[in-house]
Amino acid sequence: MEDIQILDAVERYIKGEMNPDERLHFENLRKTSPEIDQLVVEHTLFLQQMNRFGEWKKFRSSLHDTHTRLAEQGKIDSARLKGKAKVIYLWKRYKRVAAIAAIIAGVTTLAISTLVNIFTPQADNARVQELSRDIPNIKHQQNMQVDEVNNLKNEVNNIKSKINLQPIPYKAGGTGFLIDGKGFLVTNAHIVLTSRHIAVTNNKGEQFHAVLVKAYPDKDIAILKIDDDRFKTLSTIPYGISKEESDVAEPIFTLGYPRNDIVYSEGYLSAKTGFNGDTLSCQLGIAANRGNSGGPVFNHEGEVIGILSTKETEAEGVAFAIQSKYIFTAINELRKDTAYKNLRLPLKSNVRGLDTKQQVKKIQDYVFFVKGD
Amino acid sequence: MENIFFQVGLGLLFLKISIKINGIVKPENNEKTLLKGLARSDKKAVETIYKDNFNMIQSLILNNNGSSDDAKDIFQEAMIVLYEKVRSGTFELNCQIKTYLYSVCRRLWLKRLQQLSRYSNEVADIQTSVPVEDDVEDHEKRNVEFEMMDKAIDSLGEPCRSLLEAYYLQKKTMQEIAAGFGYTNADNAKTQKYKCLVRLKKIFFSQYKNGKQ
Repeated sequence: MEDIQILDAVERYIKGEMNPDERLHFENLRKTSPEIDQLVVEHTLFLQQMNRFGEWKKFRSSLHDTHTRLAEQGKIDSARLKGKAKVIYLWKRYKRVAAIAAIIAGVTTLAISTLVNIFTPQADNARVQELSRDIPNIKHQQNMQVDEVNNLKNEVNNIKSKINLQPIPYKAGGTGFLIDGKGFLVTNAHIVLTSRHIAVTNNKGEQFHAVLVKAYPDKDIAILKIDDDRFKTLSTIPYGISKEESDVAEPIFTLGYPRNDIVYSEGYLSAKTGFNGDTLSCQLGIAANRGNSGGPVFNHEGEVIGILSTKETEAEGVAFAIQSKYIFTAINELRKDTAYKNLRLPLKSNVRGLDTKQQVKKIQDYVFFVKGD
Repeated sequence: MENIFFQVGLGLLFLKISIKINGIVKPENNEKTLLKGLARSDKKAVETIYKDNFNMIQSLILNNNGSSDDAKDIFQEAMIVLYEKVRSGTFELNCQIKTYLYSVCRRLWLKRLQQLSRYSNEVADIQTSVPVEDDVEDHEKRNVEFEMMDKAIDSLGEPCRSLLEAYYLQKKTMQEIAAGFGYTNADNAKTQKYKCLVRLKKIFFSQYKNGKQ
């Protein structure tokens, strides 16, 4: 209550509502009481603040009223924009936002496409690339096919020519035997010497084309080479070629093609020399026919001791064979040619100790029917 | 292109208005009269200044990413700055009202843009401006104080708020207030008013101190 009375007094004093007596009394009170003095100063400040606040508020609301009134009277531009002005306004207001949005959209798009690129399974990419590479591939394949067709045509022509050649009668016929798995054969020179075409047939009836590598007419030895794609290199030759001279009366056997099937004959070594004391050959007591020419002569150990070459026309059961050591002579001579320097003759017989039947079984695949025209 | 036409259009409008004004009184005298009127918060003077300058400010704000509501806000704020200035008695007119208002609005809008977003720190000028930084700063300080007072009065609640507003702001007499609020006599109303005033002062001075810190 006291406070309120004091406040009332202060306020009336500030507002100048006091009568002169009262005012004098209050001023004395102010001088003696610092609290009252402080209250007066404080309240003055407050009232000033209130006044200014009041005026501020009033002016504010008067401005608002003015605005509304002027807008209604059309003396200022209406808050509502119309037509082009509105478009311009909207554009001005939002162009920045629009630009930022566009940039964000662009960045986002790029980012997404990048991410998609990164995270897309690579296989697809590879497939696409493969497809693109396939075009040259296909071209290449086409070229290759064209080549192949041409090759085939050529082959057909070759075959045709071969077929044309086929009827060529192989007048000469004999036997030959492999001395190397790669297709080197030994036979008699007289069988093939005059032949333009040579063919060899194994005991299964498979015929291969062969070429004359070298002929030694003086020794009646010829080296052939099977020159045919169908011929498969054979493994180790089961027999060896003997360097030694054989003993008289040694039992021997031969395999040959006096006809189209392989024929086995056996006999013995009759003499160490050939016809009329020919040291090149040896004499055999064996039943031999024309086709036996060039056939290998084996001893009981499965070693080649000679090449069956001739027979005495006047006596049955007498044949001559070129001694096997001359095969070495021939091969050594052949090896001087660099193309054949690796040619090695089989020295060891793998069929030693087997009975003749087994030996023949193993050997027969290496003995060929040699034909020449 | 439209932009240019728009601005030319506005320019022509201003020209028309200024010709009208010039036709009535000499511009210098006219401006002084207007400012005197403004200091008294004379309705006519306020209205004249308002309608002479608002369109220019509106186009300034609209040209710088603002809306017409922003324009109204900013212009009224500038009017208050001018009002406070002429009332302080220290104001000397060394430029046109138009230039002053424009400069204040420009400054205020720049500040507003900086507060709203960081991407705009430039305002495309449509007119020359004078330095008004200090005035704007003073105005902002006062605004803070007035807002403090507003808040303080609001936080009193009814009937204190209306009672105090009626007496101190609307300057009604205690008899009128007593009748209006239904008090049996003016003394009771007065007692009630002082109770409210003590509360308000408490709140205001505590806020005032906090605000000053």
